[in-house]
Amino acid sequence: MSLPLSIPLWIPLAAAFVGLFLPGVATRAITILGSLATLAWAVWAIFDFQRGAGLQDVTDIMWIKELGIHYALGVDGLNLFLIVLAAFLFAVCTIWAATREWPRSGQFFFFLGLAESGVLGALMAQDLALFVIFFDLMLVPFFFLAGIWGPEATRIQAITKLFIYTLVGSLLMLVAAIATAVLVSTQTGNDLDFSFKALAAAGPLAKGSQEWIFLCFAAAFWVKMPAFPFHGWMPDGYRNMPLPVLAVFSAVLSKVAAYGFLRIVVPFYPDASAHFQDLMLILALGSILYGSAMAFTTTESRLVLGYSSVAQLGFITLGIFALNGDGAQGAILQAVNHGLVVAPAFVVVAYLAHRAGGSEDLRDMGGIAFRAPVLATLFLIVALANLAMPGSSNFVGEFLILLGVFHSKLVICAIAFVGVGMAAVYSLRLFIRAVHNRVGPEVASREISAREGLVLVPLVAAIVGLALYPQLVLHRGEPEITKSVRAAGQIADSTAQQAAAPATPTASSKP
Amino acid sequence: MTHFAPMLAAITKPSIDWAGLSPIIALFGGSLVVLIAGLLRGRFIREQLVPFLALATFGAAIGLGVWQWNHATDLFVAKGSQGSMRLDDLTLMITFIVSVTGIAATLLSWRALAPREAAHGEYYAMMLWSAAGMVILAAAQNLVTLFLGLELLSIPLYVLCATEMRRERSLESGLKYLIIGSVGSATFLYGLALLYGASGNTDFQGIAQAVAGGAGNDVLLLTGIALAIVGLGFKASVAPFHQWTPDVYEGAPTPVTTFMAVATKAAAFGAALRLFDVALIDAHADWAPALATLATVTIVVGNVGALSQSSVKRLLAWSSVAQAGYLLAGVVVASATGVKATVFYLAVYLLMNVAAFAVVVARERETALGDDVRALAGIGATRPLLAWPMTLAMLSLAGIPATAGFIGKFQLIDAAADGGYTWLGIVIVIGSMISLAYYLRVVAVMWMRPAPSAEEVAGTGGAVAAPRLAGADPVAERGNWEVTLVAAVAGAAVLFFGVIPSPLLNLAADAGRAFGLL
Repeated sequence: MSLPLSIPLWIPLAAAFVGLFLPGVATRAITILGSLATLAWAVWAIFDFQRGAGLQDVTDIMWIKELGIHYALGVDGLNLFLIVLAAFLFAVCTIWAATREWPRSGQFFFFLGLAESGVLGALMAQDLALFVIFFDLMLVPFFFLAGIWGPEATRIQAITKLFIYTLVGSLLMLVAAIATAVLVSTQTGNDLDFSFKALAAAGPLAKGSQEWIFLCFAAAFWVKMPAFPFHGWMPDGYRNMPLPVLAVFSAVLSKVAAYGFLRIVVPFYPDASAHFQDLMLILALGSILYGSAMAFTTTESRLVLGYSSVAQLGFITLGIFALNGDGAQGAILQAVNHGLVVAPAFVVVAYLAHRAGGSEDLRDMGGIAFRAPVLATLFLIVALANLAMPGSSNFVGEFLILLGVFHSKLVICAIAFVGVGMAAVYSLRLFIRAVHNRVGPEVASREISAREGLVLVPLVAAIVGLALYPQLVLHRGEPEITKSVRAAGQIADSTAQQAAAPATPTASSKP
Repeated sequence: MTHFAPMLAAITKPSIDWAGLSPIIALFGGSLVVLIAGLLRGRFIREQLVPFLALATFGAAIGLGVWQWNHATDLFVAKGSQGSMRLDDLTLMITFIVSVTGIAATLLSWRALAPREAAHGEYYAMMLWSAAGMVILAAAQNLVTLFLGLELLSIPLYVLCATEMRRERSLESGLKYLIIGSVGSATFLYGLALLYGASGNTDFQGIAQAVAGGAGNDVLLLTGIALAIVGLGFKASVAPFHQWTPDVYEGAPTPVTTFMAVATKAAAFGAALRLFDVALIDAHADWAPALATLATVTIVVGNVGALSQSSVKRLLAWSSVAQAGYLLAGVVVASATGVKATVFYLAVYLLMNVAAFAVVVARERETALGDDVRALAGIGATRPLLAWPMTLAMLSLAGIPATAGFIGKFQLIDAAADGGYTWLGIVIVIGSMISLAYYLRVVAVMWMRPAPSAEEVAGTGGAVAAPRLAGADPVAERGNWEVTLVAAVAGAAVLFFGVIPSPLLNLAADAGRAFGLL
């Protein structure tokens, strides 16, 4: 007996929609209740989940018959923990947002609820067109969230840039998705059908088609992550989002892109994935090195976290395109870890900025650790997790990723190790400059208040919990995660064996 | 005596299917009733009854269309000919689109300035006439009827554009439309003449037989096709024949612009579908690449042109150019999927544009800023019932999921990919990417900018953007609940068909089967 997935999927939006018509306090209460209900379901789903049983809690009804689009949802080892992550972070960030004042708060919480349903939809979707729809849809509320409640002077330009940047990728993905279904239907002679089930049953496309389709999908995911050199929207976008919004944006939306690689790209376009493996790994390396280097030079605390996300997502991409079980498992674990780390980091940044007279610049912070030891300790846990300290779950994730790459591409693994070192530099630099050193000019040291703790403590508790028991994620996800990269991995291995030297990628121009 | 028989047969009365003709008769009959009712004295009759009769007429046309649904018949069949018009599901879909637009335009005109200045009866009668012309254009399967329909739709529109006769821009718009429209009509006529010359037939079926096996190197035929494309291109504002569009859209009274933008395009595409997918289907290899090129040019020109506009009406005009490019993709592929996608997109286009223009009308009445984009500033906070429809319309035009525009683009790309024109699908999405820049600007203005100051908003009779000529009567106290209603209904429909598109898709699919294409 299980709950239809539509209920946890749409509850946040429904609650937020009702909240639109209620007065201020009731709006907050009902939006929080909506997200907590979904979180409660998500926690229950972890324990209800049956390992290795394939897709569970399936909802599959024909949505648009003429176009072969199914309203198909499901949970398996690949998306289970990302859904839990999204539900958890949205709940915490909604509570966080509710502790602040917003003009036109009804609309704010409505868009937040819409964002949650959009993200959950993208993660649950078991139909290519449905995935594309949710993938685009989840961006729309952020346009309003940043555009209405961001800093007055720059918000519209920044968010328009972000929106166009990401939709450029998404629209290419739309063409690629339609082309996939059309090619499959000509290949099999069946009607148009976008469901993953039908696409998987039809087998992979011809290699030539796979390649351009792969690049279109990759463009969408690269931009969304963001991966170097497609991160152009990131600094402006990050500067212009209200922090509770930025926390979910950074922690959750980028993971959908990583998930898209594992759910769609690698299993459905295995030949292309093997073909472009080197290109993807090199791009991932570029993200790691560039992101890390930027993260320890900038003094804007948001951007330190922004660039560190670029680097972390580089690691995740690295794990995915190791094209073996270890790497992919590490990637999913690391996706969860990164979400759990970056969200509290933004919370801490907000609290510190509040104590530093509103400035989020590292030069204006510092010196509060003695007066606020609890806050500093919580931040230390976050920072250590971010640098993948042994004992943290991030360590396990990065270890698995590097192990996976080590098996497939030794040289790239060696370079990636530099990134691990660099992560220590930027994480500790952020920590030390934000809470230690001399007291900043306008800093008023205060201990964490109960209301602040309400937001931060659950997040840190989740980090600690996962550090103690990472097996929770690894064990449940293992069968499906391994399966998603198997075909591509085999193709990559066989080409590597055929060619004496490793195949050089022809980084052909995008169509 | 026997050898006179063919001659006699040629002048026998064609058999007329009255039931099939009923939607067109309703439009013509209604226009006469409206015209005469407009002559009656009494303010109530002119200002309330006449628009109501116009609404009833459009409603009757829709009702009769529903009655005739799935009864494909040829109308006016003379012996030995195919019949000059065909009432099939495609014609009926175009009738529905035109009539719904007419209803929206009538509601928007109800308390507008234009019908007051032009006399109410004439104004609505011309709108109905034009609508009848559009239906005839879409139904025509004979070159002569085709041209007749085109002229019947155009001439009332030229006049309608100039109905705010004390406003210079309106007059300019009417004149410009007349001159450029006449050039378009002349070109079209020339093209039709050449088609007749090449095939020796005015019936579409006859032309199809003459063209069977491809156009080859028949210069006469190819020139005819090219000129016909140009002529329809003028009406549908396909680049590079779009230059009139921004000026005319901006200058015409906004309710007329609404009608013109949506209904004309629907009729022109209906005619294009029939002409290319029935009469010239065997020359597909000749015209498809040309149309695909035109589509590409149109998409690029329209979207780039819209980028720098500050007037919402001009912006929508350029966007309508771009949308014409998207629509062409459905014509290019010459398949049932293509027809279906085109018809579906036309219906969606109706909803999006009506929502957007209704909001423009409302803001024109509420502020002194006219159709400038600043008039929309801050309405997200102050007028959510206008802001939401406009937002949905803009997102839908840009093709964002959960709006009908997304499903429409999805269909068009699907049709393009299906017909071997995947690259055209990519052009469509590239166009959408460019278009985001200006659609989002409108959305941003509504939600993210503060409302304009009180002086700017106030003064309906004050400093209006365009100077009025002497004698203009300042219209005070014009309520606009019906405008808000139109915007809200259209906006809700955009959302509804974005989530549940199947009903509309089924109608479009029926229309797509009208030609018996694959």
